[in-house]
Amino acid sequence: MTGLIMPKPDAATIARRDEIVADMRIIVPGEGVVDAENSMRAFESDGLTAYRQLPLVVVLPETTAQVARILKYCSDRAIRVVPRGSGTSLSGGALPLEDAVLLVMSRFNRILDIDYANRTVTAQPGVTNLGITNAVQHEGFYYAPDPSSQIACSIGGNVAENSGGVHCLKYGLTANNVLGIEMVLMNGEVVRLGGKHLDAEGYDLLGIMTGSEGLLGVVTEVTVRILKKPETARAVLLGFPTSEQGGQCVADIIGAGIIPGGMEMMDRPAIHAAEDFLDAGYPLDVEALLIVELDGPAAEVDHLIGEVEAIALKNGSTTCRISTSEEERLIFWAGRKAAFPAVGRISPDYYCMDGTIPRKELPKVLSGMRELSEKYGLRVANVFHAGDGNLHPLILYDANKPGELDKAEQFGADILRLCVKVGGVLTGEHGVGVEKRDLMTEMFGKADLDQQIRVKCAFDPDHLLNPGKVFPQLHRCAELGRMHIHRGQVAFPDIPRF
Amino acid sequence: MTTFTPSTSAEVLDAVQWAVSEEAPLEVLGHGTKRGIGRPAQSEHALDLSRLSGVTLYEPEELVLSARAGTPLAEIEALLAEHGQELAFEPMDYAPLLGGEADGGRKSGTIGGVLAANLAGPRRIKAGAARDHILGVHAVSGRGEAFKSGGRVVKNVTGYDLSKAMAGSWGTLAVVTDLTFKVLPAAQTEVTFALRGLTEEAAASAMALAMGSSGEVAGAAHLPESVTGRVIDGALKGKGSTLFRLEGFGPSVAYRFDGLVRLLGEYGVVERIEEPQSRLLWSEIRDCMPFADGTRRPVWRVSMAPMAAHGMVMALRMEAAVDAFYDWQGGLVWLRMEADPEVEAVRRLLAQFGGGHATLVRAAPAIRAAVPVFQPQPPALAALSARLKEQFDPNGILNPGRMAAT
Repeated sequence: MTGLIMPKPDAATIARRDEIVADMRIIVPGEGVVDAENSMRAFESDGLTAYRQLPLVVVLPETTAQVARILKYCSDRAIRVVPRGSGTSLSGGALPLEDAVLLVMSRFNRILDIDYANRTVTAQPGVTNLGITNAVQHEGFYYAPDPSSQIACSIGGNVAENSGGVHCLKYGLTANNVLGIEMVLMNGEVVRLGGKHLDAEGYDLLGIMTGSEGLLGVVTEVTVRILKKPETARAVLLGFPTSEQGGQCVADIIGAGIIPGGMEMMDRPAIHAAEDFLDAGYPLDVEALLIVELDGPAAEVDHLIGEVEAIALKNGSTTCRISTSEEERLIFWAGRKAAFPAVGRISPDYYCMDGTIPRKELPKVLSGMRELSEKYGLRVANVFHAGDGNLHPLILYDANKPGELDKAEQFGADILRLCVKVGGVLTGEHGVGVEKRDLMTEMFGKADLDQQIRVKCAFDPDHLLNPGKVFPQLHRCAELGRMHIHRGQVAFPDIPRF
Repeated sequence: MTTFTPSTSAEVLDAVQWAVSEEAPLEVLGHGTKRGIGRPAQSEHALDLSRLSGVTLYEPEELVLSARAGTPLAEIEALLAEHGQELAFEPMDYAPLLGGEADGGRKSGTIGGVLAANLAGPRRIKAGAARDHILGVHAVSGRGEAFKSGGRVVKNVTGYDLSKAMAGSWGTLAVVTDLTFKVLPAAQTEVTFALRGLTEEAAASAMALAMGSSGEVAGAAHLPESVTGRVIDGALKGKGSTLFRLEGFGPSVAYRFDGLVRLLGEYGVVERIEEPQSRLLWSEIRDCMPFADGTRRPVWRVSMAPMAAHGMVMALRMEAAVDAFYDWQGGLVWLRMEADPEVEAVRRLLAQFGGGHATLVRAAPAIRAAVPVFQPQPPALAALSARLKEQFDPNGILNPGRMAAT
């Protein structure tokens, strides 16, 4: 991936930079256009910091009308546009391009409507994920998807990435919690999809937009479902001598008809890193640590805690602690939530992967990873959303050692290939971006990718919006659309009929 | 007129490729239970997927099931029930409402049809619709090309979610041949908390309170006086019924029932409906049984903001003879018109009360040919939808004209 090839910058656009900057200042008056190199530095990368690029110019619009004018202007002049929310993407989805306007949505930061009776919040896309919960928590409500970057990541970015979090299995991803959006197409047209009603009308364009990584349109307003906070939540901390036993425990919990609010697993290196970082009281003599959180009415949680405990003992758990207070529950979680910084402390750099696998394949994938770890001579620690099979291997490396980033990336690519091989996917929640772009062919054939690109053609026929992301190659829409009809040349199909 | 009955996805591909080459439109069918929805078919030939049948993968502990498109929904539900699981979105059965044209109403539809119509049931308010549970598909586009999207895992953001694009597309984009769904444990018990004698306005406020509580209500419906006698063999005849379904583990259900009594007890007379009556009640609400009257009187399915629904219905009653009931806390309104579908009034009032969409799910073919069955879209959105259709089916081979006039 270090050999990442981005679309060739358009020299004519770069030559017209001054004119474009001046025109942007007319569309977005005031402080909304940033063109000084030192100020643009803040935007040169997102959460995937290995890749940096200064944009042509940074524009921070404040209204939907401005976004529409910017996109129409760029569309008319074939200028590329890269949309950006808070810039927390871990896959390089908001990586700027040299010849592209970087459209930063952070000034869209207002909550527009809170409607408890319909249980919705309508917000501008730059509002943070946690900002939505903060706006309604005094009434006991919250917004369920909780990516670990929720303090910083924006709701518009969540729509672009279909963000998850630790509560997905029970409460769903962004796609299951967004009811409507307003968006601007690359041609400057404004469309609204869904609203406060439950089913979107016509084709499920909202479903296509969610997780489209900023390639189809720019979201300017989002309506989400809010939920009443569960009455109680309690966590169980379980340790197992082998990852197989931990995995079987997860399967048995689900097999018993229990869907926990959260179910997280850590392997030995992750447990040790977390425990060294902050004293969460994790057992150090186990191969797998499982945190199972049950939430809901007190009567239900108490009932289920007993069942989970019995299932864990049956599967040979050597540690079983049940939180008896909110404080203790948070301590159980503290180690897991600090896993990334904890690993960051034991290694100069780490590279976070994001495959999803069928849960039953966990032992096979973990042992495959150990072999790869030896092959590449790099350590790996694993945290795992065990309920939904989303694996986050953290590859430890030192960017100052020549060639080590390359090795870490190759190691990561091999892990993702392994995930696909056992029936899983390249990315569970971080997105393809530039990071996994060139691995898309591991999972999809040409016809699969062509059909996805055709969807892009319906939204952005000239490939001006966020090019170079998600797809290894963007074929021209005219080429993809071409069809040769050979009337009478395809034989009448030899299949049953009446 | 030829009806192809493929039993493999390769045969589906052959049939579509032939249709493309002949520019001969195909009506895409499962059991045909929803054939009466949409503009009447304008296709010369039919592609009947009912022989493309069978569950191909079911791993209860992984919460995943794959099946061929023509697999009967009833077969899948029976298999899941054996393992204490279900499709949590509770797909409705349109056959009773539409007259069950196929096989004397014995067939309840296919899993492919479930996705094509993006079905859901009363649990929609908690668990979503088919679109929220589909994990992956294999399909043949109207270009005559086989493609796949998604996978078999719950968490997956690899590429565009074309599986969701198939949801509610009524077979107009691609012929889905294989589907993978997320499945979930079925609740061990259920009970219905009923309030009697509420006005529609009071019912809306009671439903909002319940849905905004931590009671995990998995069904909130209101049956006005004119409708309430038409479910569970007339057991609710009399005053209007506002109904709340509680599901889960026994101790939890009992605890939450008491919570609803405390929360809503003052709204009206509280009744308790136990299994199996409770299950029957919600399946009848799901399948719109109060309007399954064997007629072709027009029936609308209206999706709108829950709190706006009763206002819209009351305004409509001033203009037209209409019978109505509410599901999804009011977010789903079923309307049965006396004779005329009152298209203009329904859509005008819907817009006036905050918008949403109204689908004329039952009407005589002549009416369906003459008025937009699906909610007309604003120009930019309609153009985008048309471009999407063109990218999947440039020659209009698949169910042409079903969703919008061509």
